[in-house]
Amino acid sequence: MAKIVGGIVTSHVPAIGRAIAGGLQQEAYWKPFFDGFAPVQQWLAEVKPDVAVVIYNDHGLNFFLDKMPTFAVGAAPQYSNADEGWGIPTLPAFPGDQDLSWHLIEELVAKEFDLTTCQEMLVDHAFTLPMKLLWPNAGEAWPVRTVPVCINTVQHPLPSARRCFKLGQAIGEAVASWDSDARVVVIGTGGLSHQLDGERAGFINKSFDLEFMDSLVNDPAWATRYSVEELIELTGTQGIELLMWVAARAALGGVDQVRKLHANYHIPISNTAAGLMLFENKD
Amino acid sequence: MATAKVRRVIPGTPLFDGDAARKGYALNKMCYSFNSADNRAEFTRDEAAYCRKYGLDPQQLAAVEKRNVLDLIAAGGNAYYLAKFAGIFGLDMQDIGAQQTGMSKEAFKARLIEAGK
Ligand SMILES: [Fe+2]
Repeated sequence: MAKIVGGIVTSHVPAIGRAIAGGLQQEAYWKPFFDGFAPVQQWLAEVKPDVAVVIYNDHGLNFFLDKMPTFAVGAAPQYSNADEGWGIPTLPAFPGDQDLSWHLIEELVAKEFDLTTCQEMLVDHAFTLPMKLLWPNAGEAWPVRTVPVCINTVQHPLPSARRCFKLGQAIGEAVASWDSDARVVVIGTGGLSHQLDGERAGFINKSFDLEFMDSLVNDPAWATRYSVEELIELTGTQGIELLMWVAARAALGGVDQVRKLHANYHIPISNTAAGLMLFENKD
Repeated sequence: MATAKVRRVIPGTPLFDGDAARKGYALNKMCYSFNSADNRAEFTRDEAAYCRKYGLDPQQLAAVEKRNVLDLIAAGGNAYYLAKFAGIFGLDMQDIGAQQTGMSKEAFKARLIEAGK
């Protein structure tokens, strides 16, 4: 059976793409953010996962308000990036893993998650930039196959943290029951606290973010006590993207199954508090 | 005609719900079209004609004309789509944040850095 080797949760913002395209990684503004990824890159080089399940939220590249799925799972042979409106250079397409896609779809629907399935799917900065941060030297050939899992954070009502936690648990169980010898890493991207819109734009909540990151080590269901509105009050309108972290961490299993290997937290990149955590699954 | 569930009100924090999604559909659809460089160029060439094509209402037209983010949100705009609109004018997230909070861009950026201390 397939095995989850670990999980990585990280922030994403379009400006990272601009920084990468401009080669600004070692500039004072960006260095504390980019340097945080070195231990994770090293871990990936050692562990060499075969497949990445990437839990992210689309920002209006693949989905518009005409059709807005709460949970969408990619089932495509490959996933392309495209212009999101700012003309930032796009990244090479990502190979899919249709066997895992359909296994996930079967298992998740059986567990009462009513999914949207996508045999064509563009992936935006929330998917592509974390991949580039994790494998900066991949060039045209990404070293992993991928399965995108997209959670709606565009249009309310959004799924609750509790629901996203359960989705993550179901993803973890599905991977564990996949008849394959693949080694799978689960990636969650979004957050942490930030708010782009309204008079409260620029809101950041460092103490909550740090407590949340701590909870992923000691009590991964901690955030499920909060409603979506409470989480937005605590973390900002786009801080709610921490739902991806909740789901990804839940996929890895309980406190006893996982050890934290690395964490980084830096304010700000663009308007965002940037977090990064690496978890390894124990054998 | 508000049909979305009444939500917790968080000061200065718009929640894009069913009411906003209904009200803002034409505006957001136009902003979504700006994923394409050709469409951005077309908008820049003849803004009025482009807005007409998407059927913006008078409130949305006025907000677009003013490039005012709070007005665009009040007209049903969603932050993720509006970011594409802002990009046409070379505005980044700090420009947008500064405009909405009435701060200078430098002051807005300084406040972000302060939040990390
Ligand atoms: Fe985001």
